[in-house]
Amino acid sequence: MAEEKKQEFWRWTESNWKNPDIDWKDAKFVTSGIDVGSVSSQAVIMTDGEIFAYGNMRTGSDSPDSARNALKFAMEATDMPEDRMDYCVGTGYGRVNVPFADRTITEIACHARGANFIYGPEVRTVLDIGGQDIKAIQCDEKGKVTNFIMNDKCAAGTGRGMEVFSDLLGVPINYVGDRSFDVKEEPQPVSSTCVVYAKSEATSLLRKGWSTEEVLAAYCSAMADRIYSLVERVGVEPEFAVTGGLAKNRGVMDRLMPMVGLKRMKTKWDTQIAGGVGAALFGYALCQKGKGRKK
Amino acid sequence: MISAGIDCGAKNTKTIIMKDGQIIGKGSVLTGFDQGKAVEDSLEMAIQVAGITREDIDKIAGTGSGKNAVEMADMKVSDIKAMGKGAHKIFPNARTVTDVGAEEGRAVKLDENGNAVDFAVNEKCAAGAGAFIEAMSRALETPLEEMGPLSLKSNKEIPMNAQCAIFSESEVVGLIHAKTEIHDISKAIHDAMASRIVSMIRRIGVNPDVVMLGGVGNNPGFVESMRRELEQDKIYLPDEPEFGAAVGAAIVASEAE
Amino acid sequence: MLANYGYKDASGDFFITIDTDICNGCGDCVSACPADIFEVMDEDPNDPLRDEPVAVVSADKKKKLKYECNPCKPASERPPLPCVEACKAGAISHSW
Repeated sequence: MAEEKKQEFWRWTESNWKNPDIDWKDAKFVTSGIDVGSVSSQAVIMTDGEIFAYGNMRTGSDSPDSARNALKFAMEATDMPEDRMDYCVGTGYGRVNVPFADRTITEIACHARGANFIYGPEVRTVLDIGGQDIKAIQCDEKGKVTNFIMNDKCAAGTGRGMEVFSDLLGVPINYVGDRSFDVKEEPQPVSSTCVVYAKSEATSLLRKGWSTEEVLAAYCSAMADRIYSLVERVGVEPEFAVTGGLAKNRGVMDRLMPMVGLKRMKTKWDTQIAGGVGAALFGYALCQKGKGRKK
Repeated sequence: MISAGIDCGAKNTKTIIMKDGQIIGKGSVLTGFDQGKAVEDSLEMAIQVAGITREDIDKIAGTGSGKNAVEMADMKVSDIKAMGKGAHKIFPNARTVTDVGAEEGRAVKLDENGNAVDFAVNEKCAAGAGAFIEAMSRALETPLEEMGPLSLKSNKEIPMNAQCAIFSESEVVGLIHAKTEIHDISKAIHDAMASRIVSMIRRIGVNPDVVMLGGVGNNPGFVESMRRELEQDKIYLPDEPEFGAAVGAAIVASEAE
Repeated sequence: MLANYGYKDASGDFFITIDTDICNGCGDCVSACPADIFEVMDEDPNDPLRDEPVAVVSADKKKKLKYECNPCKPASERPPLPCVEACKAGAISHSW
């Protein structure tokens, strides 16, 4: 059972990509951003502020290795020697474990800057729902953060909370969304916020005769309430972008967006690279300011 | 005068029957999913122990998170009042009382008459309640009742960083993988939980005698962590701390007009 | 920038907000706080292009603000918070 769930959970494929229109030899500054998250790690290589290549991989048990592997994976897509790199910025939950980084910057700053690039300068609110935290960020037209919250203390509303429920109810995580809509009537949200107490509440609802789908619906809707209360704290300003693993869970997203009252922005880019893009862009800005690597 | 106090808690429902200030019967059952039945069963158990009939009871008071399920109650007593009265009855010198139950932690400051003058509560978050140690015992694959005695075997200080029961489970698994001794992990768990409860108690002040009530008081590892964290020589603990609030409720019922 | 340090959990909202547009990095909050919650950093980790120092809530205190701040927040009488008082610029506020 655990094995199967793990398989489903990790279903997304690792990928690397190179921009065919860019020749690194023309670049003044080559910078990279390494975003080591709890679930996935990305390395983004940028030439003068344009995405040149990236690699997107699972985070292994060893963070420094994950950072190195992600960068190697991105480099594989290119013919550029690694020592051409002018500056490297580490970000994400495992940012302290990017041994070759010239500097580390929080994922708050990098997500806002990256969202500004991949969604466009109109983005004002960035919501990132990760495996272990929820970030709600407001930013200006330059991608500079103006207000932020990062909730990483409590599992309520995070991907981890959803995993606990998929495990409890025996529903693979990527079926949770669809199955949660397989109900005749939308039930009341689970009333306990704390994931531990929500679990006991769910068990007692099942005993009362609720179907698995009804309990899923009640939990997805409690997650949406929870996430919305955090977004509300920083304020909802259009345009609105959502990133992170739970952005793919329609059980939560289709219940959250009506509360927000806005449409989600779309992008041609893989939203998982937002943090890495932001990090590489900061590297570029620091190089331009003459604050690059001392050679 | 015969009175009964029924404390319908998240995990157990406890009943105390008192006659003229003396406890003559008690009963405790798992609350389960039917609070009403648990209330009936625990009251019935206490009645049998006391050797009386339901009609002999003059007044009944209900307390605890499920107090509304105590349908036969003549009155509802707040958890704060019940624990204060209960602690004062058992330990008249009690000034700071903490009650740590399965799903809630509370602290009350008492005056010399046992009246609550200040209180603080941690509710709705498992990190500050008995549910935390229970969740950790599952992660450690160790029976709950062994957690405390194991903890007493350790004198190591291992900080736990996670402040959420769900994230702490992963941290415990990490400690197991790092080959940390199980008794050291157990102590780290109790210390982490005690430090959160004590920080709540400090909001009302720590004044001896310090009394602890609630089911988690049956865990000697937790009591020791609390004693250390509170910097007290002794924490006063009744024989069956889980009955504390029920005793208080029975007293309130007996004092009623 | 409004930097909200802290968290929301099932028991409530526990945020300390530092308005970094007002904060001048003087460090008065650092010495005023009995729980050593604040530190001044030369580079704002959340705003890498800022040049002035800024106060932040230490990473190891961020997840337990409810507990760390308790001594300054007794249940009944609420004296003014030392950090808020110490900040002459008025950059610090608490959500609870």
